[in-house]
Amino acid sequence: MSAYSVTEPTPRAKWAAGILVALYALITMIPLLWIIATGFKSPADAISYPPKVVFDPTLEGYVNLFTTRTRQTDEFLAANPPETWYEEIVRQYDMVIVGPSRYGERFMNSIIIGFGSTFLSVFLGTLAAYAFSRFKIPLKDDLLFFVLSTRMMPPIAVAIPIFLMFRSLGLSDTHAGMILLYTAVNLSLAVWLLKGFMDEIPREYEEAALIDGYTRFQAFYKVVLPQATTGIVATAIFCLIFAWNEYAFAVLLTSGNAQTAPPFIPTIIGVGGQDWPAVAAGATLFLLPVLVFTVLLRKHLLRGITFGAVRK
Amino acid sequence: MRHTKIVAAAAAVAASGIAATTAQAEELTLCWAAWDPANALVELSKDFEAQSGHTMNFEFVPWPNFADRMLNELNSGGQLCDLLIGDSQWIGGGAENGHYVQLNDFFDAEGISMDDFAPATVYAYSTWPKGEPNYYALPAMGDANGWFYRRDWFENEEIKAAYMEATGQELREPQSQMELMQIAKFFQEREIDGQTRYGVSIFTERGSEGITMGATGALYAWGFKYETEPGTYQMDGAVNSAEAIEALEFYKELYQCCTPPGYTDAYMEQSLDAYKSGQVAMAMNWFAFFPGLYADPNTGGDTIGFFVNPPQNVAASTLGGQGISVVSYSDKQDAALEYIKWFAQPDIQAKWWELGGYSAHNSVLNDPGFVESAPFAGDFLDAMGGVQDFWQEPAYAELLLAMQKRLHDYIVADVGTAEEALNKLIEDWTETFEDEGKL
Amino acid sequence: MANLAESAARATPPSVARRVRGLSDRAIAWIFVAPTIFLLLAVNIFPLIWTIRLSFTNFRANRNREVEWVGLRNYERILTDSDIWLTMQATAHFLIWTIVFQVLIGFTLAWLINKNFRGNDFLTTMIVLPMMLSPAVVGNFWTFLYQPQIGLFNYIVSFFTGVDPSSFEMIGSVNLAPWAIVIVDTWMWTPFVMLICLAGLRSIPEYIYEAAEIDRASKWRQFWTITIPMVLPFLMLAVLFRGIENFKMFDLVVLLTGGGPGSTTELTSINLKREAFEKWRTGYASAYAIILFVTVFGLASIYVKALNKVKER
Repeated sequence: MSAYSVTEPTPRAKWAAGILVALYALITMIPLLWIIATGFKSPADAISYPPKVVFDPTLEGYVNLFTTRTRQTDEFLAANPPETWYEEIVRQYDMVIVGPSRYGERFMNSIIIGFGSTFLSVFLGTLAAYAFSRFKIPLKDDLLFFVLSTRMMPPIAVAIPIFLMFRSLGLSDTHAGMILLYTAVNLSLAVWLLKGFMDEIPREYEEAALIDGYTRFQAFYKVVLPQATTGIVATAIFCLIFAWNEYAFAVLLTSGNAQTAPPFIPTIIGVGGQDWPAVAAGATLFLLPVLVFTVLLRKHLLRGITFGAVRK
Repeated sequence: MRHTKIVAAAAAVAASGIAATTAQAEELTLCWAAWDPANALVELSKDFEAQSGHTMNFEFVPWPNFADRMLNELNSGGQLCDLLIGDSQWIGGGAENGHYVQLNDFFDAEGISMDDFAPATVYAYSTWPKGEPNYYALPAMGDANGWFYRRDWFENEEIKAAYMEATGQELREPQSQMELMQIAKFFQEREIDGQTRYGVSIFTERGSEGITMGATGALYAWGFKYETEPGTYQMDGAVNSAEAIEALEFYKELYQCCTPPGYTDAYMEQSLDAYKSGQVAMAMNWFAFFPGLYADPNTGGDTIGFFVNPPQNVAASTLGGQGISVVSYSDKQDAALEYIKWFAQPDIQAKWWELGGYSAHNSVLNDPGFVESAPFAGDFLDAMGGVQDFWQEPAYAELLLAMQKRLHDYIVADVGTAEEALNKLIEDWTETFEDEGKL
Repeated sequence: MANLAESAARATPPSVARRVRGLSDRAIAWIFVAPTIFLLLAVNIFPLIWTIRLSFTNFRANRNREVEWVGLRNYERILTDSDIWLTMQATAHFLIWTIVFQVLIGFTLAWLINKNFRGNDFLTTMIVLPMMLSPAVVGNFWTFLYQPQIGLFNYIVSFFTGVDPSSFEMIGSVNLAPWAIVIVDTWMWTPFVMLICLAGLRSIPEYIYEAAEIDRASKWRQFWTITIPMVLPFLMLAVLFRGIENFKMFDLVVLLTGGGPGSTTELTSINLKREAFEKWRTGYASAYAIILFVTVFGLASIYVKALNKVKER
């Protein structure tokens, strides 16, 4: 900070602002911390009243998340002593593990569909955004508004014809279908965001490059792209987060094969009610990559979120 | 995937030295709801895997999403499920839209007779049109809505005395719906062992079928009918009869007077939850859960009792349960039929009951030891003697959703009167049947 | 790829190079835009046209019976259905209140953060976290927080107010459920409004304030004559995005309340989902979808015009 600035608030104002913001941040974090904590509770602790802040951590939720279990007869239990620590946890309830749950597959599906669609939408979006930013395209404003307007349809409304289309093309419940769909949905956001970044890059750089004998393509690759990296990274994160979190299409168009984690996690139930520790464990693992991403890439994200408006 | 499957199959054939004409080992997927009996079926199916060489995969969907997801799967012509244990109301749509394979020829060829299964279950789970000998499923799991209660409280002398004082009657398993409410009112907000308890946990769920399945328990007991004459679709005078109105008002009062706070969207899981956490004296749920409840080391055994849905004007219970069908989009129908053939055998059915599934096979149900085999077995037979089901029309989902909305609006959101709710329901249903060309 | 293109351009004979170079800007523009337009046509426009077509039929995707043209009957039924008007009201309530709260809290936070106190970067990241998360997963978990007897939300409220935690049901009561969804949406999406406001605040050049300072304008006056007008276009953009998003709202609310109790929080998307994928009245639902699309498109167009005017000022 410079020595003196008229916009520089007084130390006291800074303190007050800091405390208020910290208070809000604390409140906003409570539900998230509660998810993480609940994942390590036993079912009894999870539903005790008053809510337990201090508890004996257990991996029961995680064991339940990754396994399917069934109740067994006393004879069977007596004849087959538990062999592993996770078997032992399950035995408390006279149950045995009969196999893995679907969580792992659903998580993988989220990764495949999330990254696949992100790559495609950023790739196509960068090209389109550059063109929209630099060239005179007839009806440009209308096209841009059209691009934006595709995001105005409620996903459920879009899903009606998509459902029929996928059914006749055999794309229902496939990874390819979901990647294509998410790409199309993300594309409008990607173009919109990236055009903002591209507009910020001074044309003079390219023009200088063109005069130096670069072709348009070269100017694009060598001059514009490096400048736009921040924007591209930010856009990619947004696309990834959208695809990662998307629920409506996933719940309607996927089922046993390509179902992603969001429609799956709310359906994790245990014996007698929703198994909150397992749900919380599943949620924790699913939210964790996004949390880490957000913290690591906060610079890109926070700047990127505002369509390249902030440039220092 | 496909490739490895073929290699594995080839390897199996080569290893066993069976001639190539024998059915190859398939990977079958069976779809059902995720609940206790499904786990029992996994256990049971190990025998099938050993006998046939096929591998069984299971796709179990939690109840609140079950209908939604499975009907979506069928409607998109999906090949996820080779075998589907689908709800009884789906049979009309399954048959008319060609989702299910008709099983008559197969039954004839394999000597499987529907006379070996309890007639109520065959009628409800297998036939379309209703009662015609066209079978689209084999009865897999008999079920009805029943009740369970805190036997330890009901037998507690202090509580019994307090009840006697409050009502002038003996505290016992309720013999009528009204008595059930009286008991529920007695327990509502009563302190027992230093904790506030509530009367009863009932179905109020909005999203799938919960509140309809719960409220019909009262409606049927009051003598509710869907049509004035079966098959005429004339609903005015039946659906909104004086009995129906009274029954619906009863269910709403039961909800308002005697359920624990927060049970505004409760179905099977929440009912179990309310009971197991010690909040309620009584709870309704499907018989399917009773083996698990009874076996529960904390809340089962001597502390729990069961009773059949109490009559009011008539004895009747809401039907649950499912038949097992072969999905017509499956390309492994032969192996799937093999599974049904295996499943229909009397000794497998006996083992099914033993593991916690409700067999519908006469050899199990009529066994002299059946009633004594579990504390709820007798109640189950009683219930199955008087079961009634919702519409099983191909348009069932629409009919059900209309009822869900009208009931939830009236009972939980407290909008309008029972008569208005039922009249609106007739309007909704009339519109559906008009669209169907049945009115 | 860049190097490849460059070396290719260098290695090729001049005529080819000229031809590559000669690829007119216009051609490049179309090559760059075409895949995007194609995909959007295939996944958005073609289905939209199909939806319009279906909206005049009695088609049901779960039946294989003959499809009949029914003209405008679907539209007529929808626009005269009082239940659908109720869902529109529920949506409007949700839309308006989430925007009000998010703008107020979001702007305040941005304004405070812009004081550049130490650690503002860290706190901003923390505040942003909820909006990055899956609404389905988080919405589902909030039902747990909202449980009347064991939920943390009820416990905290009762801790501070002394109200019995089991005496109010956030998602079970007709009066509270519409607010329950507003609270969760506000918790999730306030950071979005905040970030955009923050960008707006940071985009205000310092010299404007310096000039105002020289003119001896009070801080209060500076706030109303510089800060607010300069941030307004950003704020309006944030409102546009939140408005569109919440008009479409499905996942968070369906997992929180499922539209209940009764039909209290049945937003249009939830209602549409019931018609389209539970009742399978595909034709009817298509008409419904078109009506929603026209509504949101119309409102957004008007809004964007207003936004452009503000920007030009």
